[in-house]
Amino acid sequence: MSILSIQNVVKEYHNHTAVDNVSFEIPKGKIFGLLGPNGAGKTSLIRIITSITRPDSGQILLDGEPINSRTPEQIGYMPEERGLYKKMKVGDHLKYLGRLKGLTEKEVKAKLEYWMEKFEIQDWYKKKIEELSKGMQQKIQFIATVLHEPKLLILDEPFSGLDPVNSNLIKDEIYRLNQEGTSVIFSTHRMEQVEEICERIVLIHKGKKILEGQVADVKHEHKENIFTLQLNGDIPDQLQARYDFTSKSNETYECSLEDQQSSDVMLTELIGSGVSIRSFEEKMPSLNEIFIKLVKG
Amino acid sequence: MDKVLLVLKREYLSRVFKRSFLLTTLLTPFAILLFIVVVGLIFSYDSDEKKKVLVLDPGKMLIDDFISSGGIDYEFTDKDLASLKAEFTESDFNGILYIPELEEIGVNNHKIFYYSDEQLSLDATNSISRKVQGKIKDYKIVQMGIDPNQLQMLDTKVTLDPEPISDDQEDTSSMATLVGSGLGGVMGYVMFFFILIYGMMVMRSVMEEKINRIVEIIISSVKPFQLMLGKILGVGAVGLTQIVIWLILIPTFSYVAYAFLGMSAQDIAASSGADMNLPEGMEDSFAADIYGVMGELSRLNWWLIIPLFIIYFIGGYIIYTSLFAAVGSAIGDDLNEGNSLTFPLMIPIILAVYMMFRVVAVPNSNLAVWSSMIPFLSPIIMPARLGAEIPSWQIALSVALLVLFCIFSVWIAGRIYRVGILLYGKKASLKELGKWIFTN
Repeated sequence: MSILSIQNVVKEYHNHTAVDNVSFEIPKGKIFGLLGPNGAGKTSLIRIITSITRPDSGQILLDGEPINSRTPEQIGYMPEERGLYKKMKVGDHLKYLGRLKGLTEKEVKAKLEYWMEKFEIQDWYKKKIEELSKGMQQKIQFIATVLHEPKLLILDEPFSGLDPVNSNLIKDEIYRLNQEGTSVIFSTHRMEQVEEICERIVLIHKGKKILEGQVADVKHEHKENIFTLQLNGDIPDQLQARYDFTSKSNETYECSLEDQQSSDVMLTELIGSGVSIRSFEEKMPSLNEIFIKLVKG
Repeated sequence: MDKVLLVLKREYLSRVFKRSFLLTTLLTPFAILLFIVVVGLIFSYDSDEKKKVLVLDPGKMLIDDFISSGGIDYEFTDKDLASLKAEFTESDFNGILYIPELEEIGVNNHKIFYYSDEQLSLDATNSISRKVQGKIKDYKIVQMGIDPNQLQMLDTKVTLDPEPISDDQEDTSSMATLVGSGLGGVMGYVMFFFILIYGMMVMRSVMEEKINRIVEIIISSVKPFQLMLGKILGVGAVGLTQIVIWLILIPTFSYVAYAFLGMSAQDIAASSGADMNLPEGMEDSFAADIYGVMGELSRLNWWLIIPLFIIYFIGGYIIYTSLFAAVGSAIGDDLNEGNSLTFPLMIPIILAVYMMFRVVAVPNSNLAVWSSMIPFLSPIIMPARLGAEIPSWQIALSVALLVLFCIFSVWIAGRIYRVGILLYGKKASLKELGKWIFTN
């Protein structure tokens, strides 16, 4: 079951196509990575999902329903370009944003209390936004995004500008909300975060979808048959001739196998030659490498 | 609609409960008063230069009481010009005024000379020539044997009093036109300032949201159009609040001021009455003028003027603020960049104010009629005409056009705004704004 179904979405601006016939499904209850370099069309796509702009063609279903006037209340969106009214007090500001998301005065109050307690920021309630540090403001932004308990959370570069402590705080909250059933779209070009957080990804480049799948599957598909070995001693000459070994550092080698060669056979031959092996591991490409390869190639 | 109200409420409260709002609202009437007083002082500022002038008048035309005035002291002499010039550097006089004799009594142009090593100011030149001119006239009167009393009888002050042809029409005094145009001018000016100040306020507020980057968060909850509308209405409500406060404060202040200036409360109460019987002690013409103004003001059809003023007020406000909002959305991070976009909006406003001067003077001229049909101009022009009588078809047509154009400009502005607020960084050109209107 998909929380979000994106079907043949096209969005053109007068001199370029920002989203070029993109389709994919985002499974319910998962953390989904929407990846792409700067200017790939991520933000354009997100703006269509959040009904900030309309697609030229194509359709988007949220939980099986086409986007309608009630959709915004079911989505929590933290844009990459984000800010707050500097002169407003924290409490008033969060109330305002919560009310805009359709919460009643009463609901907002209760939820605000919960979150302010959770982040231990009750004493900020009457402070003006401009009195807070950038990191503090990010916390407020995060609360504003999740206050109305959206089904779908869209976070565009949520960790940019956050220190590691606050990053972890927000990350833990994202995990917790996800455990409770919130689906999350996580948009970024920081691949190490994606690998850590996301189960499934889509890669967009120049408005087109160029990759989609489970993170593990994607890595598996793009692995290059390279193995890392740590040995005691040297590799015998007859094996050096048959396999492509490169010495990486002291007693550590990388072996790049050709398609018809099998790692099992190579390992057996190595053991047979009397070399003692400390470790043997298939080298998986990082998402970053896959990303760069796909975007450049 | 709920969301528009939420936006409106925030825009309103965040402005009204600011200390600066309270200060400007309370201080502006004082500031205006102060401005008027200062301008008055500047214009009434007399020359403070002191001059001593030696007058050489061989024809003896200036005769008596040609004494100092306008900071110039005159001293007569009988010496000849050449020796005066020779002695001049040693004397403490600033100049020598030489008035040659008249060639004949009927001459209309007469040249007099001022010898000095310093420049004569414009004020001093005027003062001297006016004085000499008057004296020569007196001299001529005596020479021609005219009786000064008879001469005075020649001047007659004429007052034109417009009267209706049939008896059932109301009789207005000569004040009617003056009062009408005065009132019109005031209303036109109020519109002008209101549009300018609040238009700018809306524009700046749109820009702030864009620069702050809060706009994307807001419009993921409300439609850009709702945000724009809420903002325009919210700021408008702030303006109305301010005006209501002034409408209460200004009469109160003036009342207090009058009381302090010695005018008793009864006088004010009496003078604002509609009957034209002059109370005792108001015979002098200034008091009568004030009384006439009050009478004319009470005679005007306020039941038409007030609602119409409000309609034009709201209409003008909506047209201009919506367009200012659109411009604000199209400007990048720098206010100065926006000049090329705000300028086209300023032109009709300023044009309307200049036209207003002529319209007030001739409220039913072709210029007045046609400019009050153009929605860009009518919010300023039409209030300026309201003091005079206007055919009802003109009012109806003008209001209809105004309403239509309000809807149109809000629509246009909404189209531009929704694209503009999401474009960060660079400023858009007018051409691009045009494209945005028609993009999906």
